[in-house]
Parts: sequence; structure tokens; C-alpha cells
Amino acid sequence: MAKVKPRVKVPKKAEAGEVITIKTLINHKMESGLRKDKKTGELIPKKIINKFTAEFNGKPVFSADVRPAVSANPYFQFKVKVPESGTFKFTWVDDDGSTYSTEKKITVGG
Amino acid sequence: MMMKAATMRVTRRQALGLGAGATAVVIAGPTVGPAVAKGPTAEDAIKAFTGGTETKTGKVSLSTPEIAENGNTVPVSFDIESPMTADNHVQSVLVVADGNPRPGVATFHFSEMSGEASASTRIRLAKTQNVIAVAKMSDGSFFMDKRLVKVTIGGCGG
Repeated sequence: MAKVKPRVKVPKKAEAGEVITIKTLINHKMESGLRKDKKTGELIPKKIINKFTAEFNGKPVFSADVRPAVSANPYFQFKVKVPESGTFKFTWVDDDGSTYSTEKKITVGG
Repeated sequence: MMMKAATMRVTRRQALGLGAGATAVVIAGPTVGPAVAKGPTAEDAIKAFTGGTETKTGKVSLSTPEIAENGNTVPVSFDIESPMTADNHVQSVLVVADGNPRPGVATFHFSEMSGEASASTRIRLAKTQNVIAVAKMSDGSFFMDKRLVKVTIGGCGG
């Protein structure tokens, strides 16, 4: 599989207490475990992103427990009320145990 | 390509038409353990989430397309009416699709920092069915919303 690369959109600046929208996307096949290999007729084993979390300055803000019914290249959009400047950390957990993460900074006020 | 997809859909429909027994056979492949051979229904999933508490309608507004041409990526979003303060906020939201071989889609967890309890994602739908969102409030009450989505070409492989 191609290299897994998370992509996240966070505004660079916000007012204190403003509710911002965050969009995240990661390339992943999200193999449901229900699909059959066309040649062998055997089921392709399940391999999905099963968990997504977003933290702000180390505090959990938003998370999702993901099951196979989420589409390939899972996309999540959600909102966060930012009290201060800081760093968002986004983490995706794969069924095979690997994790993918990325960070984004936001400046509040100034 | 289109032809192939159409044929696949027909066989899938037929298989589903045979009822739960046939579905179980389809799922119980060699690599899948017996635990998931007979998957829980959407009702079971909701019950597990609410612990049997009555779910009221209102507060939750779920939006989906009325007709989804491609069941592989159906945009779904929800918005829940809540002030999102420390003592009154939405804790989590369960999304289920009652006609999928495995109805659970995702559970979203919010915090008082969420500002607004809304999220959107893209999901797979195997056939025409209801998408249901159940929200758990911080006071222990549950609210839900339901939308029927007509699917032209099913997702979830087959």
C-alpha cells in the first residue's frame, strides 16, 4: 500500500473562544473484511483505521471509534472551541498496530 | 466496470434476500472467527450504547443525501443541539446503518472543548437503509435521529 499520509486542515489563527472547524483525511484502504479476492475467492482480511483522536495541548478534544463501515480514506470533520494558542495532535490507529500522527499549531488572539 | 458492479449488486441482493441464514454464511469465511459470524443488529448496537435507556427524538439533526449513487462513500453529518458546557454537553454519538452486514459505523466522543457537537464523515452503505445517530448527553439522556438513504450501487465489497 502506498505510504499513509495524514492531511489536516486547521486555521492558523483564531479569536479566543472561537469555534473552529477542523478537517482531517488519511489515505487508507479500510479493508472491511467482507470483500473477496476476485482471483482466489477468499476473503481479504480486515484492516482498517480503528481509532482517531484529536488532542489540544495534550488534552483529548475529539475522538472516534471507527468500524469497517467508514469509507476508504476516512474523512472526519469536527469543531473545537479554542481557548488559547497551542498545538493540535491528531492520531490514527491501524488494525496492524501502527499509528500515524501529525501536529498543527494555532495562534489565538495576537 | 459498470456492468460488473451491477452484476455484483444483483448477487448481493439475492444473497441478502435469502435472509439472515444466508448472510451468516457470507460473513463466516475461513478467516473470520465465530464471534462475528452472527453480527449484532442495529438494535443491539444501540442497546449496548444506551444500556436500555429510552431514546427520545429531537435535538439531533442528521443529514445524509436522499439518494446515494455510490454506496462506497456516502457523506453523513450530524449536529446536536447543546450548549456544550462542562455540565451540559454531548458525550458521544453512535452512528449505525441498519442494513449493513455489520451495522456499527462509528462512535464519536466529544468534550466540553468541542464548542459544537457536530461532525461529518463518509460511510459505506451496502443497500438502501436507515442511518441512525444516537447522542448521549452528559445528564445520561439519549436522543436520536434517523434518515433513509436510497443506495444505487452498494458499498462494502461483495
